[in-house]
Amino acid sequence: MSPIGSSRRPKVEGRRLPRAAIEGLLLPLLGIGGGLAVWHAAVVWSSTRVFPSPLAVASGIGELARRGVLPGYIASSLLRVAVGYGLAALAGIPLGTVMGRYRSAGTALNPVVQLLRPISPLAWIPIAILTLGVGDGAAIFLIFLGAFFPIVFATMNGVIAVPAMYVQAGENFGLSAGALLWRVILPAALPQVLSGLRIALGIAWIVVVAAEMLAVDSGLGYLIIDARNAGKRYDLVVAGMVLIGTIGLALDRLMRRLERLRSVRWGFHNE
Amino acid sequence: MKAFRRGGVTESPRRSVIAPLRRMLPLTGVSALLLGWSLAAHLAGAHTLPGPGKVARAIVELTERGLLLRFAVASLFRVTWGYLLAVAVAVPLGLCLGLLQRAERTLNPLLQILRPISPLAWIPLAILWFGVGDLSAIFIIFIASALPLTVTTINAVHLVPRVHLDAGRNFGLGPLALVRRVVYPAVLPQLIGGLRLALGIAWLVVVAAEMIAVNSGLGFLIIDARNAGDRYDLVVAGMVLIGLIGLVLDAGMRRLERLPSLRWGFGAARAAR
Amino acid sequence: MNRTARGDGGGGGGEVKLALRGVSMVFQGDAGRVPTLDAIDLEVRRGELVCILGPSGCGKSTLLNIVAGFIAPTSGEVRIDGEPVRGPDPRRIFVFQERGVFPWLTVEGNIGFGLGGLPGAERRARIDRYVELVGLRDFEHTYPHELSGGMKQRLEVARALAVEPDVLYLDEPFGALDSITRLTMRVELLRIWEAERKTILFVTHDIEESVQLADRVVVLSARPARITRIVEIDIPHPRDLSSPRYLELRDGIFEEIGVAHRI
Repeated sequence: MSPIGSSRRPKVEGRRLPRAAIEGLLLPLLGIGGGLAVWHAAVVWSSTRVFPSPLAVASGIGELARRGVLPGYIASSLLRVAVGYGLAALAGIPLGTVMGRYRSAGTALNPVVQLLRPISPLAWIPIAILTLGVGDGAAIFLIFLGAFFPIVFATMNGVIAVPAMYVQAGENFGLSAGALLWRVILPAALPQVLSGLRIALGIAWIVVVAAEMLAVDSGLGYLIIDARNAGKRYDLVVAGMVLIGTIGLALDRLMRRLERLRSVRWGFHNE
Repeated sequence: MKAFRRGGVTESPRRSVIAPLRRMLPLTGVSALLLGWSLAAHLAGAHTLPGPGKVARAIVELTERGLLLRFAVASLFRVTWGYLLAVAVAVPLGLCLGLLQRAERTLNPLLQILRPISPLAWIPLAILWFGVGDLSAIFIIFIASALPLTVTTINAVHLVPRVHLDAGRNFGLGPLALVRRVVYPAVLPQLIGGLRLALGIAWLVVVAAEMIAVNSGLGFLIIDARNAGDRYDLVVAGMVLIGLIGLVLDAGMRRLERLPSLRWGFGAARAAR
Repeated sequence: MNRTARGDGGGGGGEVKLALRGVSMVFQGDAGRVPTLDAIDLEVRRGELVCILGPSGCGKSTLLNIVAGFIAPTSGEVRIDGEPVRGPDPRRIFVFQERGVFPWLTVEGNIGFGLGGLPGAERRARIDRYVELVGLRDFEHTYPHELSGGMKQRLEVARALAVEPDVLYLDEPFGALDSITRLTMRVELLRIWEAERKTILFVTHDIEESVQLADRVVVLSARPARITRIVEIDIPHPRDLSSPRYLELRDGIFEEIGVAHRI
């Protein structure tokens, strides 16, 4: 209800709210429906025999569900992400805090982190397999690498951005170094840390697929590569992609909900 | 160690002595990394993990064989094309979607579902559509950088203050002039940030893209060195080169952020924190 | 020119520049419909400075946004020179609090923003004149984030004046400034008004400010806003802030709004 007006649309009472609600529901459906229609039309028009139509993909998902492999694949993907991502958060948040809080630690470690960051987790695959063998260890290590650096960076920047005023106020109230960290700096940096965690979860989800394509024999990434290699089942390839997209979206929504908690929301009023 | 980045209130006289030491700090981190690395290599045995010396020799070997330049250029070539295509598509699309609320609501679900799909998951489709080769690799880089860039652009448009749009319209600007003279300059600082992010992603993905049977590039080097003869020194050399080039690309984009006509955005953003 | 006499007449003399007829506004919020403006009727004469005064959140900014054409009223209409308002128009410029200056343009770029249609030399001269008028000489190439709040405010006024509009809308323009700068800005505004003779609609919640500046003060009630009274300020400029007439008019408005003016 900002008084600075939006577009010159007359705000007629009673009609505006329902219309907005209908639009909020209808337009996304229209988008998805349109996307599926274009996809279907493209398959029919190009008369491809390899690329599946939306219907073929839906029946592919049905087939996977009937064979009972779906829950297992999803669970193993999620489990790998949970472990790798959890370890990354456990290690990344403390490291980022130290790098943000202590200038000398920041200057010393920053070049190392900057150098390692642009190396794709995929580039680590040979090393991961070499040291940890083919299996869950390698996959988890890759996920850890993918999520670790964004978390370190977000935490470091969040801590650096804490206004000096807050720190001074905390010191003024006689907080010890530990209490200052726990009661002032981390709460103040929390919004930025959380959005770093969200981005990192997205990356972890991207990396798990990559890791499963190369290092293990279960999970959604394995599903894709296996469906292609064993019999060019492109309907299952795309089914795997749809599942990955949907679950990734759900994870992102979950993290956003976390950002909207009352105790955190103060940092997000810009959005 | 107790020096806040921002909160440093007291200026100690000892600083003049410490200052030169401080300048050495970035080197300390890197040398610690090298030290730890050689130690680990020593403990693990040279067969499993090559030490820094061996990797340095591998880089020299690559240079002598002329592969270093060729592979780096090949990787950069694919990244450049994929990235430029992504910019050409994503920025206009993001500007439109950011301004047209209904269009955004319509297309948003599609964007959101496509975004979490790993670029690797596109590899089978890329090969199916574009065959084995450069085009597939470019497509994968395009997909990986275009989606986040679109989303960043949309968000940047949403953050343009209402008053600026209203003021622009007050001075009689039509829709196109409004985009050119108000929306575009207003989002530019955030857009540059998004462009930097997208370039980072494009560079990350080049490894994945080059796993498709192309026969050049740093990603190819890593995979090939491992498959053909377990040359782990070359694998790590490839990783180091990828890291260094990524660092240079990022530094270049950061320089863009410091242009005087853009600095307002970053100055203001910093002041607002 | 004797504005005091013109102000006295209550419509005697100057032609009507701007007329509001039964302007009402109802917002549809999450908690139901919020009536914000209730049948506002008002006429403003050419060259007149009218203050719209009301408590915070009463809807006076909404009123100004409707007059400027940024939002359409639920019912009623606004006419300027007899023409109904259909949208924002460069002949009538809205001055936001200093937030409205474009941070990506220099002082010069901001003032020249609305002058795209002019030939180079004329544009140059126009920018020069308004840089001078608002006292920003030597800051032409400075970016807004390096200016003080008062300078940004003057910059926005200069940007508005540069397109030579006939009407200026000012929405609590000095609200974000410190009290000393605010006083200086009022003097500046009066000086510019004397020089340029624009019709000015000035929204404020500051009673003193309205009595110092306006030919007439339009007093609004709390939401939904209604005009409770229109007070003619029949004191010539420069106004003596301790004269009995000034105090009488000021205290009258204090009473009208129902707040004590003694602490």
